[in-house]
Amino acid sequence: MDVDDKDPEVAVEVADLVKRYPKAPVDSVGGISFGVRRGEVFGFLGPNGAGKTTTIGILTTRIRPTAGRARVAGVDVMADPVGARRVLGVVPQQNNLDRSLSVRQNLLFHASYHGVPRAVRKTRADELLAQFGLADRPNGRPDDFSGGQIQRMMIARALMHDPTVLFLDEPSTGLDPAARLFTWERVAQLKAEGTTVVITTHDMEEAATLSDRVAIIDHGKLLALDTPNALVRGMAGERTLDCLVEAEHASDPAAVHGPLDGLAAVDRVEELDDPEVSGWRFRVYVQSDPASLVALVAQVISDAGARLVDVRLGEPTLEDVFIHLTGRSLR
Amino acid sequence: MTTVRAGRGRPWSPWRAFLAILRRDLYVTGREFPFFLAQVILQPLFLLFVFGKVLTQLGYARPGYVDVLFPGLVALAAVLTGFQSTALPLVIEFSYSNEIEDRLLAPLPIGAVALEKVVVSAMRGTIAAAVMFPIGLWLLGSIPWTAGAAVGVSVMTVVGALIGAAMGLVLGTFVSPNRINLTFALVTTPLLFTGSSQYPWPSLTHIRWFQVVSALNPMTYVSEGLRGLMAPNVPHIQTWICFVAAIGSLVVLTAVGMVGFLRRALG
Repeated sequence: MDVDDKDPEVAVEVADLVKRYPKAPVDSVGGISFGVRRGEVFGFLGPNGAGKTTTIGILTTRIRPTAGRARVAGVDVMADPVGARRVLGVVPQQNNLDRSLSVRQNLLFHASYHGVPRAVRKTRADELLAQFGLADRPNGRPDDFSGGQIQRMMIARALMHDPTVLFLDEPSTGLDPAARLFTWERVAQLKAEGTTVVITTHDMEEAATLSDRVAIIDHGKLLALDTPNALVRGMAGERTLDCLVEAEHASDPAAVHGPLDGLAAVDRVEELDDPEVSGWRFRVYVQSDPASLVALVAQVISDAGARLVDVRLGEPTLEDVFIHLTGRSLR
Repeated sequence: MTTVRAGRGRPWSPWRAFLAILRRDLYVTGREFPFFLAQVILQPLFLLFVFGKVLTQLGYARPGYVDVLFPGLVALAAVLTGFQSTALPLVIEFSYSNEIEDRLLAPLPIGAVALEKVVVSAMRGTIAAAVMFPIGLWLLGSIPWTAGAAVGVSVMTVVGALIGAAMGLVLGTFVSPNRINLTFALVTTPLLFTGSSQYPWPSLTHIRWFQVVSALNPMTYVSEGLRGLMAPNVPHIQTWICFVAAIGSLVVLTAVGMVGFLRRALG
């Protein structure tokens, strides 16, 4: 994607970014380029070791790239890492809260590192503690809280200096469903307020639910970048109707197979071997929404002298896109 | 969500960030001050008691030995406390707790975070050394002192604490976390006993190899420097040589420690 240097609508800009660690035989990040628009939630999807953590490490000034260019909120992270750290916020995957300080002090000291005036940081800390459901134990030590609470503290802390771009590293790893949902709601709210959010994840559902656009990365290369819907739409041929058919007058499967294949909306038809069920099973690959074709398919089968007794609709998911692109399953 | 914004255009300089992380460390040290004191004075206190009081009273050490020992123990407290305040906390913050990350992501140069660690540890080392004076007076009745030594003693003590802190920076960033226990055991004891803290270095001419080993320990120049200032009657390395050697090793250790810190902090 081409990104204009001076475009104020671009929150994160990465151009030909390369990172090779000393003594490593291959590049961890092999020349990737992309842009994140201001105010969008950008999902960075890839298996472990794909290069996403390295890319985020470079964007957050903690890893020096071998080559290429990266800007966050218009600030070059290599030329001006200190300036970049003023405008970005990081929520790490692992607890790195200051264990010598209370919850509230974690927020206050973080803000003081970033030069937030005393009066402002106190008000803001109390507001964020309330919003993140931490107001009842502001003086507790981080060690005494649950994983979900720790993560909420780290998000609240990162928001203390009002970053332009927030980086969330695998936000729902290890969280229970309620805590996960809470995090997702906060991300949606941040987006509504205009904060750009970059999320790394290997959770397909998370990427699909939260992101305006998703970048899929593997072996340090950018494989795809689009909205989740567009990525899924791009997977033609993966929309299917699995039909279970009972013979009535028809003598063999071919009598049904032929007419189905002849339909304009159908790409191809596969006969599935399934000794568990009596009857014939077909997988019909279609171009358009499979649900709208059920009646037509039932009619064609009926005309061929058989009867449709069960049908299952298959819609591709982001996971199918991922497997299609990387050739491997995530979990 | 929030009505109060932190203000993106706020006035700011890296110095403010430096002072803020310094305030964090001082706050934590201050809150645990009694524990900190107990931790740092126990070792010199016992050394002073056993070598300065018990052995002298039993007649195994000459009364004048206190003049050798006391300045050495002030040096030991400064260097060792500075060292311990940096080394182990750094190892923990970099590997187990990752606590340092929030400060590495603060808007100041990464090297300034390392310098802040050294400054705080040196403050702790200086306090530990200062506490030796009332303890010495209380335990021994009198301590070696010469008029006009105050400035020199203060400067040398601070330099000693800085040297210890810089040593801690080197060790805390170069040693891998899984070897830290072993390394500490291998480093602390030799550091403790080759720093001319319990003996005057010039008198070692008959144990040449030990004199050479002691000359390699930067603490020697702090001990000898303090000895020269506080008890000039005891044989000692000339004060100006001590200052040059001490400041020289401080510069080298800080530079090496800084390299180690940047290596750990930046991928």
